[in-house]
Amino acid sequence: MLNLIEKIKRGVMWNYRGGIHPESYKESISTSRPIEIRDAAELVVHLQQHIGESAKLLVAPGDTVLGGQPLTHSDLYSAPPVHAPTSGKVIAIEPRPAAHPSGLLEPAVVIEPDGEHNMQTFTPVDFESASRHQLVEAIHSAGISGMGGAGFPTAIKLAPNQPIEILIINGAECEPYISADDCLMQHYAGEIMAGVYVLQQLLQPKLTLIAIEDDKPDAIAAMTEAATEDVLVRSIPTKYPSGGEKQLIEVLTGKQVPAGGIPAHIGMMVQNVGTAYAVSRAVLYGEPLTRRLVTLAGDGFAEPRNAWVDIGTPVAHLINQEEASPQTETSLIMGGPMMGFTLHHVNTPITKTSNCILYGDNDEFTTQSQELPCIRCGQCATACPVALLPQQLYWYTRGGQLDKAQQYNLPDCIECGACAYVCPSDIPLVQYFRQGKAQIREERELQIASERSRQRFENRQHRLEREKLERAERHKQATERRAQELKQGDAQDQIAKALERVKAKGDTAPTPPGDQDAIAARIARKAKAKAAKGEKSSNPAVAAAIARAKAKRAQQADSESSETQGPVEAQSADSAQQRKDAVAAAIARAKAKKAQQAEPANSAASDDSSSKGESDTEANDPRKAAVAAAIARAKAKKAERAKQTPDKIEQSPPESSKSSASEETANHDENQAADSSSEAQRKAAVAAAIARAKAKRAKQKTEESEEPQKANKGDAAAEDPRKAAVAAAIARAKAKKLAKEQDNQDNPTNSKDLES
Amino acid sequence: MKLSINSSPFKRAPLTTADMMGWVALACLPGLFIQCYLFSFGPLIQVGLTIFTAMLAEALVMILRRRPVFQALGDQSAMLTGLLLGLSLPAYAPWWVAVLGAAFAIIMVKQLYGGLGHNLFNPAMAAYVFLLISFPLSMTSWTPPVVIIDQIIDFPDSVALIFTGFSVDGFSLHQMSVGIDGITQATPLDTLRSGLAQGLTSSEVVENNSLFQLGHLGWQWINVAYLAGGLMLIQRGIIYWHIPLAFLCTLLVLSIVGYSIAPDQVATPMIHLFNGATMFGAFFILTDPVSASTTPRGRIIYAILIGILVYLIRSLGGYPDAVAFAVLLANMCVPLIDQYSQPKVYGYKKGKGND
Repeated sequence: MLNLIEKIKRGVMWNYRGGIHPESYKESISTSRPIEIRDAAELVVHLQQHIGESAKLLVAPGDTVLGGQPLTHSDLYSAPPVHAPTSGKVIAIEPRPAAHPSGLLEPAVVIEPDGEHNMQTFTPVDFESASRHQLVEAIHSAGISGMGGAGFPTAIKLAPNQPIEILIINGAECEPYISADDCLMQHYAGEIMAGVYVLQQLLQPKLTLIAIEDDKPDAIAAMTEAATEDVLVRSIPTKYPSGGEKQLIEVLTGKQVPAGGIPAHIGMMVQNVGTAYAVSRAVLYGEPLTRRLVTLAGDGFAEPRNAWVDIGTPVAHLINQEEASPQTETSLIMGGPMMGFTLHHVNTPITKTSNCILYGDNDEFTTQSQELPCIRCGQCATACPVALLPQQLYWYTRGGQLDKAQQYNLPDCIECGACAYVCPSDIPLVQYFRQGKAQIREERELQIASERSRQRFENRQHRLEREKLERAERHKQATERRAQELKQGDAQDQIAKALERVKAKGDTAPTPPGDQDAIAARIARKAKAKAAKGEKSSNPAVAAAIARAKAKRAQQADSESSETQGPVEAQSADSAQQRKDAVAAAIARAKAKKAQQAEPANSAASDDSSSKGESDTEANDPRKAAVAAAIARAKAKKAERAKQTPDKIEQSPPESSKSSASEETANHDENQAADSSSEAQRKAAVAAAIARAKAKRAKQKTEESEEPQKANKGDAAAEDPRKAAVAAAIARAKAKKLAKEQDNQDNPTNSKDLES
Repeated sequence: MKLSINSSPFKRAPLTTADMMGWVALACLPGLFIQCYLFSFGPLIQVGLTIFTAMLAEALVMILRRRPVFQALGDQSAMLTGLLLGLSLPAYAPWWVAVLGAAFAIIMVKQLYGGLGHNLFNPAMAAYVFLLISFPLSMTSWTPPVVIIDQIIDFPDSVALIFTGFSVDGFSLHQMSVGIDGITQATPLDTLRSGLAQGLTSSEVVENNSLFQLGHLGWQWINVAYLAGGLMLIQRGIIYWHIPLAFLCTLLVLSIVGYSIAPDQVATPMIHLFNGATMFGAFFILTDPVSASTTPRGRIIYAILIGILVYLIRSLGGYPDAVAFAVLLANMCVPLIDQYSQPKVYGYKKGKGND
């Protein structure tokens, strides 16, 4: 590198292949001290005028703003803010035609200037004592992005990852017509140099070069005069596109920026003279970027010249529209004739990157000409500064062979337009290449997207597989643990544990999360069906309670399944067990509730609590548990009643009244029970019959008032609504018969108790 | 105000395809003039015939393809193809040879491949080879330059010879070709080939033949005229210097090597460079942009390949018309040459990044 710097200092210059020498037309454009064009009726400041993202809006319609007041703010260097160019009122924040080839609408702050040009007070930064961060921050908050045309945020560029050896200040300005930089260098050389010092301060380069094309002798003279010893002003041969960053680097240093890389990768950085000027204003005066030098050229301007224009000034304010006839087409171009773009609307505003407005008729600025067949003359390949083969790329992009086009390095095209300029067949090559590049980008994005979704799918498959294995492992462990506990546990626990095991076995069947929904749905369906049947059997309370319980369980199962489908976290066997326990408990609670409802609240409180306790521990599988619980309860009650008869007698009146209330429906119930013919019913009937028989025996032994209770107990025991209904009906009928025989005093009082 | 919407660039170099073709045609004129001086009006009539037929064929095909006729004719490519073919034909070949050749060049070689820019082969040379193989007698009936033949061929004679095969006075083309020494003449290269085949040394052929003594000079003039026209094209930036230079250098080197090895069996470098279609080929045929290689390195490879082929065909082949065959053979290699001679794109390391 030192060798290279020595060589450069000795005056060695290089060249790049290709390039063209178009007529510059610059002689006819005045570069005398620029005038100021202000006082547009409204200023349209787009939120995004650079490469990157737009910053956060700070103002609202109706706000009054001062000149230089920030309209947006962002801490990200990729989103430099925009500022109000002058004082006025924000009249709207709305989409306006953007300074873009598409002419699409983009959000903009519309300011109505008050004409007083009240500026905010700016605080300069002392660049000699300021830290690097302070300087970059000042440049960022001044909203500076590359002034040469691309509009890359300068603050990002000024924080390179590699040390910068050679700083190049680009004053080449190679496009025809454009003379804004020329004008700037002639009249603001001192300020540009101040900006260069700031940049030097920031980057500490070993060498600073200012490159100016040799067709701008006045600018070269002015800059040479202003430059200090450590800055070399280089006059380079006039050739388009020497002002391109990569081409300029090759001219000055003979090095090429690696494909896909940036100049910083080879220790170089290029900054436009306009950017250097803006940096000096931002640091030395604290002034944000609110205006820029614009070349106004073309036959449409009576006096082609350069002017300071507030950013946001609509182009319509700059041109004289009166002379333009509305019939003939006119060319209104933003940027130079080689790389600029035609505007769709005369009200398109000037942005930070608009260095030129060309205004002329279609004779001056060739537009639509007849595209002839390519004769493969190769002039384009000779002109291409990047050494592409445009004639090949043309075939490939036109024929949609994007892979071939990529193989021929289409993405490396800098869209300078040299190929289209020389093409004798007037083929709009750059247009083809832009389209091709866009298609390649799009395809690449699609490819990335599909690759991502493929990975997502594979990851999911892996996860499901892993979960399945984990689950199997968990169940295995749990089974082993239970076996261990069973061995160690006392005899009493064994029954409960066995029941649990049964339940666990039922669960062991691996059910993928997706199936759990189906299971839940099935359970819900069953519950519904049961509820329907329960209604038929005129025992809706029981049925509803069960349905509720099932629904709850289904819900829990649902939430469980949704949990398993969430972020993959290895569920511990414990937590799974806990959840299952919770479900079981909930079911048990529901059962208990139902039992409570069926049974009179005040009767056999101890029975209830005992049965509750039982169901808490055992009744996980509703049906099995219910049967077991019912049997257990019935037994327990029987035993209790045998002992505690007197208590029950006292509590019996409400019960007996209820049972007598059900008298009227008993026949009906029996019919219903006869209708249903499932095996479960039969079994239940058997169970109920046993229960009844036992109850009878007990009743016969004890007083009459006890019987309704037993019937109720039978009710509670038969958890399954069908069974319960049948059993209850039978039991009730028997109980009533007995009651009729023995005690006819009671009258139906509250039939609702049972039916609700 | 009506705004026109278009894509950049908004300035175009003034040179158009029609201009390029026009310049090439213009650069042919000195050669045509010398040919007319040597062979009387024959070449002019041939050129007229081929240009007319070529443009007619182009128009016909464009009508059949439902494409704009005048745009196609306006690009001057058909005119140039006709002109180049007309210049290659023997001065007094029958009219139907010229017509057939021009129609073949445009319809078969150019339009059937897709029209301008799509043809694999150089239309004029493909047509020339087609005629040579189909009508060898007519295509080899070169008359000696008028300076060394008995008869004086004026315009009516030229017309009559081409359209009827006999001069106004009733002489056949064969009779017209008899030289002042009474021997039927062809082209110098043809004569040399025949002489060598008869066991003579090249110096014997050259020394004992009136064609070489007098007519050779005529052929050299033609080549000089084309050289001048070609240099003008290079100077105007219509063609690149790579192809002519590489081709002529290859031919020169090979002929020097050949001559120093076997001076009696081969022609001298002078004969190679300034005889036959060497200069015409170098500046007007090889440089046809459509059928030549388009990469900077490819152009040189292409030209060297033709140089080698021309030398080999002239020295060892069965036909003396080496340029036409060599160009067609090299045309076939162009896609391959283009594929492997892509320039190093900016920012890529040598040998990497291009595929």
